[in-house]
Amino acid sequence: MASVKEMRNRIAAVKSTQKITKAMQMVAAAKLRRAQNAAQDSRPYAQRMASVIANLAAGVSGDGAPKLLVGTGSDQRHLVVVATSDRGLAGGFNSSIVRAARLRIDQLLADGKDVKIITAGRKARDQLRRGHASRLVESYEVGGNPSLAVAEEVSAKVQAMFEAGEVDVVTLFFSEFKSVVTQTPTARQLIPAEVAAGGATIDLKGAAYEYEPDEATILADLLPRNITTQIFSAMLENQAGFFAAQMTAMDNATRNAGDMIASLTLQMNRARQAQITKELIEIISGAEAI
Amino acid sequence: MADKLHFSLVSPERELFSGPVDQVDAPGSEGDFGVLAGHAPFMTALKEGPLRVHNDGTITTYEVRGGFADVTPDGLTILAEHAVEAV
Repeated sequence: MASVKEMRNRIAAVKSTQKITKAMQMVAAAKLRRAQNAAQDSRPYAQRMASVIANLAAGVSGDGAPKLLVGTGSDQRHLVVVATSDRGLAGGFNSSIVRAARLRIDQLLADGKDVKIITAGRKARDQLRRGHASRLVESYEVGGNPSLAVAEEVSAKVQAMFEAGEVDVVTLFFSEFKSVVTQTPTARQLIPAEVAAGGATIDLKGAAYEYEPDEATILADLLPRNITTQIFSAMLENQAGFFAAQMTAMDNATRNAGDMIASLTLQMNRARQAQITKELIEIISGAEAI
Repeated sequence: MADKLHFSLVSPERELFSGPVDQVDAPGSEGDFGVLAGHAPFMTALKEGPLRVHNDGTITTYEVRGGFADVTPDGLTILAEHAVEAV
C-alpha cells in the first residue's frame, strides 16, 4: 500500500484538478447564457429569410431558376461542410458531429460519389484528417466567438467551388442546440437550397407582390446570403451547444473528482491508522520483552 | 393619427428594432422609398445608406448595408446584412 505521504500528495493533486474543472464549469455556464442569447437573437433573421425564399421560390421555376436553388441536375460530387468548435473538453460534443458527418461520407463513398470536405472548427479538422486527409479542401477556425466574417469566408469558398463546377450538392453538419441537455448533430443541405414546403406563405389579402428590381435578381442576391446565414446560425448553435456540453462534462468531472477525493481520504486514514497501530504494537511488545 | 406600421429591423446577429412606427424611409436599390401603414406588398433589395424611422415626431436613423425590405400587409421587415444605429 502507498505511503501516507504519497496519498496526501495524490489527494492534493485531485483537489487542484477539481478546482480547475469547477472553474471551467462556471465559466461555461456564464458563457452559455450569452451564446444561447446570440443563437436565439439570430433566429428571426434566419426564419424571415427562409420564408422570403420560400415565397420567391414558388414564383421562380423552369430554366431561369438559379442553380443555387435547383442544383446542377447531378448529385455525383458532394461537398460536406463540418462545423464544430475549436476546443475540446466538452464530452462527446465534437465527436458526435464528426461521427454523423463520417457516417454520411462513408455512405456517399460506398455509393460511388465523390466527396470533398471543408471544416469550420479546429476539432473537425483534427478528427477528419484521420482517414479523409485527401478529401479535405480547406479548414477554417471559428475563433472565440462566432463572427459573421468567418461565416462569410466559408460561404464564399463554398460558392466559389459550386460556381467553378467542382461540386453539385453541399451539406452542412453542425449540432443543433435543443436545450442545455440536448444537442443533436444535424445535417442541412445548403445547395440546392432546401425550401420550406408550404409553411410560411404570407397572406397578401388579394394584393400582388411587387418586386424591385425583379424576382430573379432578388433571388440571385438572396440565395448566397442565405448560405452565409445558414452557416452563421450553425456556428451560433454550435457555440451554445458547446458551452452546454462543456458545462455538463465539467460538472461530471467535478463530481468524479469529489468521489475520488472521498475514497482516497478513506484509504489514507486507514493507512495512517494501520501505521499507528503497528507502532503501538512495536512499543508494547518491546516493553513486554524487557 | 393614422394606423401605425409594424416595423422590424433584423440583422444576422440580432433583432435591432421591432414595434409600431409611423413611417420608415429606406434606401432601395432602385431608389429611396418611404413606407407607411397599409403599403402594398412590395419587396426590394437595399443599397448602402441611412434608414430613417419616424415615430411620434422623432426620427431614429440606422446605417444599413446590403439586405432586403419586405412589405406585407402585416408590416415591414428589413433584413440587413449589417445594421447599426447612427449616432
